[in-house]
Amino acid sequence: MAVIFDKTKGLTDKTFHYCPGCTHGIIHRLVAEVMEELNLLDKAIGVAPVGCAVFAYDYFNCDMQEAAHGRAPAVATGIKRVHPESAVFTYQGDGDLASIGAAEIVHAAMRGEKFTTIFVNNAIYGMTGGQMAPTTLVGQKATTAPLGRDENHAGLPLRVSEMLATIPKAVFVERVSVHDVKHIIQAKKAIKKAFQAQMAGKGFTLVEVLSTCPTNWGKTPLESLKWLEENMIPYYPLGNYRSPEEVR
Amino acid sequence: MAKELWKGNEAIAEAAIKAGCRFFFGYPITPQNEIPEYMSLRMPQVDGCFLQAESEVAAINMVYGAAGAGARVMTSSSSPGISLKQEGITYCAGAELPCVIVNIVRGGPGLGGIQPAQSDYFQATKGGGHGDYRLIVLAPASVQEAVDLVQQAFDMADQYRNPVMVMGDGMIGQMMEPVEFTEVEKRPLPEKTWATTGTKGERQTNVINSLFIDPAECEKHNHRLYEKYKAIENNETRVEKYNLDGAEIVFVAYGTTARIVKNAISALEKEGIKAGMIRPITLWPYPYKAIEEAAGLDSVKAFMAVEMSMGQMVEDVRLAAAGKKPVHFYGRTGGMVPTPKAVVEQAKMILGGVK
Amino acid sequence: MAAKVIFDENRCKGCELCTTACPVKIVVMDKDRINVKGYHPATVKEMDKCIGCASCARICPDVVIKIEKEK
Repeated sequence: MAVIFDKTKGLTDKTFHYCPGCTHGIIHRLVAEVMEELNLLDKAIGVAPVGCAVFAYDYFNCDMQEAAHGRAPAVATGIKRVHPESAVFTYQGDGDLASIGAAEIVHAAMRGEKFTTIFVNNAIYGMTGGQMAPTTLVGQKATTAPLGRDENHAGLPLRVSEMLATIPKAVFVERVSVHDVKHIIQAKKAIKKAFQAQMAGKGFTLVEVLSTCPTNWGKTPLESLKWLEENMIPYYPLGNYRSPEEVR
Repeated sequence: MAKELWKGNEAIAEAAIKAGCRFFFGYPITPQNEIPEYMSLRMPQVDGCFLQAESEVAAINMVYGAAGAGARVMTSSSSPGISLKQEGITYCAGAELPCVIVNIVRGGPGLGGIQPAQSDYFQATKGGGHGDYRLIVLAPASVQEAVDLVQQAFDMADQYRNPVMVMGDGMIGQMMEPVEFTEVEKRPLPEKTWATTGTKGERQTNVINSLFIDPAECEKHNHRLYEKYKAIENNETRVEKYNLDGAEIVFVAYGTTARIVKNAISALEKEGIKAGMIRPITLWPYPYKAIEEAAGLDSVKAFMAVEMSMGQMVEDVRLAAAGKKPVHFYGRTGGMVPTPKAVVEQAKMILGGVK
Repeated sequence: MAAKVIFDENRCKGCELCTTACPVKIVVMDKDRINVKGYHPATVKEMDKCIGCASCARICPDVVIKIEKEK
């Protein structure tokens, strides 16, 4: 018997702290597998966010820095400018990236900083207990939108990939999902392309991954997969928004 | 090297280059703009990197990333911008990242003004950001001293793995003075084995972090930081004592205010009044002992703190004098600069009062 | 084409995602047992039906599953 699937060397042995069925764990694994397959672990430096993925530095088996809330793109800028040959990535949630860190991500993209951002969009603040995020859908309930998001009061959810794709030096932008195996395989391909484009020195690269939050959505893990597919994908269409020749 | 005429801000930037700083992240704000401007031209000449950040918040976080990656790195700003950097500064202190932050202080609060001030003393020495932490704070009184202290600041930062702030007022940044760039005395510096450089397959992974979710661990981390701060207090406290012998009144002043006070001391001497001065060069660690000793001198009748603020450092003078001698205060603020004449008049009033 | 699913059982949080991914419907929750975390862990009772597609492993958020397959 040959081992055809095993835990990647890109992850440490630490057990994830995530809630049962939270798809953060899948996304961690995909990023780690990609780094192992591209032989990048020895030169990888990751940046963990503030939010549910705050302990990401315990899980990725490479050098890591923990950033202040939303500042991961600025921290990654500092790292990559010092070590241009390294593989730098940020792993950020929607509160971190699309709310408090909106300026940092836009300007990192504008400068064409050569790192990869994994943007996990689960339409809610998870770690702090289910508050409304910039990505929370209209009508979706949150602890700070108890009657559901009202667009006349809180505006409409931010489509980060579409926005960043308007920036010339954001050379790779793709939105993927991890709600079933087929989409997980596609998500991994996108993450791989993003790292390849980074290492080719093309510019800023981002993969937005639609993800579940069973605990704060108040759903079972299986219901959450379905809710993502039926509610998030129509508002956040999957697909590639920007891609350089090299990885097409 | 012969002396050259340098503008303070540019001299500070060049001193950083000479100290091996190769990364600078900044954002425009008056009156420190010549620092990023100079760096933008100079860094590429030495294979370094200057980057204009989108905000002071981003700039200090770029400093965090670069410092964590093992580089010698600096940022500069002025009061309102330094307020914005406080988040990043406490993270640097918490994660023990060596870096140099220059504050060319202007009047406040709020937007305040753009003229010289010393009203960021509390912010620099008593915290600034959240949590229990200390910055090493250096206060040059001349462009020459700024040049010397900036170079030493990088070594101090590396030795203690701690952020160092060089705090000059707007005058230090804007005036031109003769400067000689001399090499600072080398100290043995530890290797940055903790830096995130990529493992290159040669070591265990490194993590730069200030999060300790277990309160017992977080307390332990704080205790360890405070052991370090104790060592800094013991090793790095710097002060200039001037004319203390037989002084009736002892001024306490730092930065350019100390130079104004020196003029006042000369003027008082002509009137037969013996005055001296204690000039803290490190604002943290603060030279409490020098003031305590002066308080014990028989000749000394009173202290007078002179600041370009409503009275911030004076609180430390009172702590050090511990009620042994009265502590008075004279200050101008909001960008106004005290004159030697006003300092003389205040001193005479105090001495008249205590006689 | 024999294949085997191996569970690092004590990492399992009982989320059931793997049960939806299996094309031959052999991954189930073991309602007779609980693991150290207090969950009914995922398991395979009819291992001879496993085709070694690794779908369960790919959707597992907790890196519980290892797959072996005869060449």
